[in-house]
Amino acid sequence: MSEKRVFMKGCEAIAEAAVRSGCRFFAGYPITPQNEIPEYFARRLPEVGGHFVQGESELASVNMVYGAASTGTRAMTSSSSCGISLKSEGVSFCASARIPMVYCNISRGGPGIGSIQPSQQDYAQATRASGNGGFRMMVFAPGDVQEAVDMTYAAFDYAQRDRNPVLILGDGVLGTIMEPVVLPPMRSEEEVRRLKDELRDWALVGHDPKKEERAFILPGGWSTKRQEQTCINNAALYDSWVKDVQVETIGLEDAEVVVTGYGISGRIARSAVNKLRAEGARVGYIRPKTVSPFPYETFEKLDYSRVKAILDVEMSIPALMKLDVELAVKDRTRIETCLHAGGEIMSSREVEAAIRALLQGGRTE
Amino acid sequence: MERNMMIAGSGGQGVMMMGKLLAEAVCSSTDLNVTFFPSYGAEQRGGTANCYVVISDEAIGAPLGDEMDEMVVMNDLSLDKFLQKLVSGGTLFINSTIVKAPEDRDDITVIEVPATQMALELGSPKVLNIIMLGVYIGYTGALDEQLMLQGILQKLAGKPKLIPLNEKAFARGLEIGKACRQSSETR
Repeated sequence: MSEKRVFMKGCEAIAEAAVRSGCRFFAGYPITPQNEIPEYFARRLPEVGGHFVQGESELASVNMVYGAASTGTRAMTSSSSCGISLKSEGVSFCASARIPMVYCNISRGGPGIGSIQPSQQDYAQATRASGNGGFRMMVFAPGDVQEAVDMTYAAFDYAQRDRNPVLILGDGVLGTIMEPVVLPPMRSEEEVRRLKDELRDWALVGHDPKKEERAFILPGGWSTKRQEQTCINNAALYDSWVKDVQVETIGLEDAEVVVTGYGISGRIARSAVNKLRAEGARVGYIRPKTVSPFPYETFEKLDYSRVKAILDVEMSIPALMKLDVELAVKDRTRIETCLHAGGEIMSSREVEAAIRALLQGGRTE
Repeated sequence: MERNMMIAGSGGQGVMMMGKLLAEAVCSSTDLNVTFFPSYGAEQRGGTANCYVVISDEAIGAPLGDEMDEMVVMNDLSLDKFLQKLVSGGTLFINSTIVKAPEDRDDITVIEVPATQMALELGSPKVLNIIMLGVYIGYTGALDEQLMLQGILQKLAGKPKLIPLNEKAFARGLEIGKACRQSSETR
């Protein structure tokens, strides 16, 4: 029996993973279904010499994180869907000023105030337009609590490597479910300090103006040439992420129908895929673990002389990840959907029925 | 093998605690995979509350679903709402003090436990869920009874005064669960 397993709620596990990765500042504002993230940080951060602030609003809290992260401190915020929209200004500023911060969206039904139940209707926002200006981020989409822990732990390292915000895109199931997890090691205070010192060149650490160059955090400026150069540099960074793609696949070598979904939908769809494969059905499976960068190459490599349909499973109507699948598939096979939205949760039985229909050459809608 | 169970009742009946106790004990005392998924409205008391526990020796896909092998139901409202999720051949545990056994399902086994009444007799309506947990473990053997008891005791480590009452409640439930199992096997 594994000694290290602990039983944790998704939200709390994410917060603990962040602390272990070296996060020492969190600011947030309450919203269901992610309240256990700030609640956990409020208790935990003072224990490790960190700071927790419940801001007066989403906008205030994301800007506190902008400030804290500008000093090189590992900092995080979190919210849910409509709260994430409110944070988008601050995230865009962080992306422009190239600030390494991490934030988490435990998404709920939308649009607008929507519902408090689990949903996946923020895909396009997360991967394409998390604020103005066309910036991009690495976006991780964990399918279970262990992945949420591992991805959050790594997110701070990616953010620091790239000097760019990183988003953990979860949903209300992932946030509230409890599962056994093995937690990553706690980084020592020395290590956390060393990681911060690595950022000394650009971070606002109080440089001695007589001996060192001063640091500036600039989310924009008067020079259009300079701003264009910023965009060019950013675009080069985004292109470099193709090496960082993470994806889970099953049975692509013989698949006639390929099922795809991310996060909770991906996990639920996997049950249906495994059940049908056990019956001998030729069903494949692609679950993007990073939705930005998206695993286009995995779709590129499919044998389209054999794959007669792709089933896109999402808790979003209209389907949003489907747009990325379409970009990858380029009309080489048809793409069908199995969808829910607004807080209604996918069942594996529905996915199973949709796959069976496609295997028999039918349609899902 | 995968075991899908659901516990449903009203807020305040200890529905979530029962599911969490079971799932936590499975996590800490076995190598099995387990998920606990709560679902409830905004109310702290009086609203509907239900949770799903999935226990499996393989990776768990859906942590909730429409095909439950076992269901523990604490009030009528939940029975009406969720009974259709119980698979044919499944087991229904009801708090028979306030829940009437369904008449239209002869494809399932119904275990009737006057849990509210028993809890009151033991001295506190709050141990309703521990009685039901005992019945569930006694009947299904989903987890070793000693390991389950250890889990309960661990939870109560900070409130030692409550231990005797909860031990008694668990033992009473266990007894009923085992007796029901025996009679169903000899039938």
